[in-house]
Amino acid sequence: MRRDMLQKLLPFLSLIALFIALAIASPYFLTSVNLSSVVRQTAVINIMALGMTLVIVSGGIDLSVGAILAFSGVVGSMAMVAGESVWIGVAVGILCGLAWGALNGFLTVWLNIPPFIVTLGALGIARGLTLIISGGLPVSGLPRELTFLGDGTVFGVPFVLIVLLICAVVTHVVLHATKLGRYTYAIGSNKEAAVYAGIPVGPYTVAVYAISGLLTGLASMIETSRLMTGQPTAGQSYELQVIAAVVIGGGSLTGGEGSVVGTLIGAFIMGLLSNGSDLLGINPYLQQAIIGAIIILAVALDEARKRKFSTA
Amino acid sequence: MLLELEGIRKNFGGVQALKRGDLRAAAGEVHALIGENGAGKSTMMKIIAGMYQRDGGDVRWKGQSVHFQKPGDAHAVGISMVHQESLLAPHLTVAENIYLGRETLHGPLLHKAAMQSSASRLIEENNFPLQAHWKVRDLSPAQRQLVEICRALHGASSLIIFDEPTASLSESETVEVFRIVRELRQKGIGILYITHRLVELAEIADKVTVLRDGDTVYHGNYKDTSMDEIVHQMVGRKVERIYEREKLTPGKEVLKVDIPGAAFSIHEGEIVGVAGLMGAGRTELCQTLFGVTPSDEGEIRIEGRKVHPKSPREAVDAGIALITEDRQQTGLALELPIRMNITMANLGAVTKAGIVRQAEEKTVSERFRDKLQIRAASVEQNAGRLSGGNQQKVVIAKWLYRDTKIVLFDEPTRGIDVGAKAEVFALMDEMAREGKAILMVSSELPELLQVADRILVMRGGKITAELPRETTQEEIMHHAAVGN
Ligand SMILES: Nc1ncnc2c1ncn2[C@@H]1O[C@H](COP(=O)(O)OP(=O)(O)OP(=O)(O)O)[C@@H](O)[C@H]1O
Ligand SMILES: [Mg+2]
Repeated sequence: MRRDMLQKLLPFLSLIALFIALAIASPYFLTSVNLSSVVRQTAVINIMALGMTLVIVSGGIDLSVGAILAFSGVVGSMAMVAGESVWIGVAVGILCGLAWGALNGFLTVWLNIPPFIVTLGALGIARGLTLIISGGLPVSGLPRELTFLGDGTVFGVPFVLIVLLICAVVTHVVLHATKLGRYTYAIGSNKEAAVYAGIPVGPYTVAVYAISGLLTGLASMIETSRLMTGQPTAGQSYELQVIAAVVIGGGSLTGGEGSVVGTLIGAFIMGLLSNGSDLLGINPYLQQAIIGAIIILAVALDEARKRKFSTA
Repeated sequence: MLLELEGIRKNFGGVQALKRGDLRAAAGEVHALIGENGAGKSTMMKIIAGMYQRDGGDVRWKGQSVHFQKPGDAHAVGISMVHQESLLAPHLTVAENIYLGRETLHGPLLHKAAMQSSASRLIEENNFPLQAHWKVRDLSPAQRQLVEICRALHGASSLIIFDEPTASLSESETVEVFRIVRELRQKGIGILYITHRLVELAEIADKVTVLRDGDTVYHGNYKDTSMDEIVHQMVGRKVERIYEREKLTPGKEVLKVDIPGAAFSIHEGEIVGVAGLMGAGRTELCQTLFGVTPSDEGEIRIEGRKVHPKSPREAVDAGIALITEDRQQTGLALELPIRMNITMANLGAVTKAGIVRQAEEKTVSERFRDKLQIRAASVEQNAGRLSGGNQQKVVIAKWLYRDTKIVLFDEPTRGIDVGAKAEVFALMDEMAREGKAILMVSSELPELLQVADRILVMRGGKITAELPRETTQEEIMHHAAVGN
């Protein structure tokens, strides 16, 4: 029983260990400049990963989040460049994400196509549309106030950290204390049993993808604020990092498992790994390989834990 | 002695499934293993079959102490097992499943034709209503059970374990299973046979072992014991095995069905039974009423109101619940705790201001755990880790909590022990007294005769007869079988 506990805490302990190791290895690591840069760098992936947690718990997958991020960022930027206020621009970006998410969910439910395929298609469509509407060029000339979203601080705390924490708390509550969350677990655990229990599986599935899209839309505006341009090529391969964060945090690609706390830990582990490699001057190509290996290791450990208690 | 188990222990993260499991089985004998739900029967069998590792005790195979690390080890010495819960690959065909893991090869390639034809032969020899090329995912639980049996027969040489082989079968296939068991015994193969249908013992059992709470409490010749003695050993107290249901005066009409092939009604306080052979359309009838396979023709009325459920959701809203026959596939979310499974169909009742009240959920699910005597360490235990019979009780609890006016039970006692059966019948009776209308599909005729007020008999997708409570098994079989 105690060993089980220990293994459950493993991702968290790894995060702590990594943190301590980096603190020892690099004097620069513990400076507030560096730590807040870690937070800012991981916030985008982290927020997207919260939405992905819901999707993965429901037994689905969303490969289009990186492309949606680019689309929403570009459209939100264009709104601001066209003279709309920062508020409106950010809202436009978030709504774009929401719409894409809802569309993904709707297509999986309505056409009964596996989400892997639907979102793979959406990835292509969103990327293509983004390049078309932007003419392939970054959208620049954004209002100065936008910088606050990505780089501002409130009482010395990075504003994105506050946004991230709010999103995390809300997602956690949704997942563990609302009908939506419960049904998400139920659908991911056994979809057929959920249908037979009278759960409206279709609408709830759409809602899950829509929430994921909404969070991606929010992340897109943070990314835009950090770059101060709407980049049509933003978010390349973010979907992989996002899925990895969820999986390292204990999410199961077969559905029914995953948690917000786990995902946050997963995203921070990845953030620290890349920050640490930068600080220690590790070759960025090697970094990618290390992160890949970590993903496999994390899932292998998690599986080993589960197997001990599985019903054969 | 072919197989001897002595003092087997097995612990699952805090649950002591086996404390002192003893068993002795000889070749050419049918050895019945009896015990309540959760007594540890399946666990003991899985240890023999190499699926679980024992924590302590000794297993001797033909006098030699053995330790099977994986199912392949047990299979190598000639042990095969028919599992209680289907362990088949749904996307593969019947033939592919029978040969799974021991495919016939033709050079480096699969010899599909050979496997297909010998699977067909096996099926035909046993008169099973199956085709070798059918996909397993399209099969009913009963048909899957038959595939499991074929699979075990194919590899059998020394010992076959049957873990509740007849739980989902109707009369005629059960008779086939008995024939198979007798033939195997004739060939000198040892047989371990688990069942909750104690009447089956008279048909085939030579020896009986009773497990209670992980302990072997009785071992002896079937002939030297009595049914009352066995039941007494099983539960550790006296139980009323014969359940007598008092006849109620039916109230007003609740459900009126008039669809092609099925016209009947159920009144308040009535339990209407449905009998029929495998494939007679009993499950389909339930699924039509429950909106899984809606019917375009005819009409369904609930308390006079016309309804047309096109999904389970609409059916539940209209006041119909269905306790399906396949708990693993359509009844439970196996990785979720008992608590969440029980409240799944009625989450609104424990939700306030959008928030699911977990404390209230816990109270509710503990109430049902106690009421149905679900054997679990706590309601936080995953449903998948319960014994088969206890899983069934969780499904029933889910719909009891939803509290619909009409409840359809499709094989409600599948895999549950004598005590629990009596409890389920008492629950059904209680529901009837509260004014619910109940439809009960069952392949066990004695059960139907005990519980139902009227019995509908189905054949070829149609209701062919409606018989009163006083009817006989012969009469039912007569209407259920072809001819008439
Ligand atoms: N993989 C598992 N993990 C945790 N607990 C388990 C596991 N398998 C069985 N158990 C527990 O062990 C006990 C014995 O289970 P087992 O399946 O052997 O019962 P059984 O006698 O076959 O019952 P039934 O007649 O209902 O099939 C039960 O309390 C069950 O919850
Ligand atoms: Mg069992």
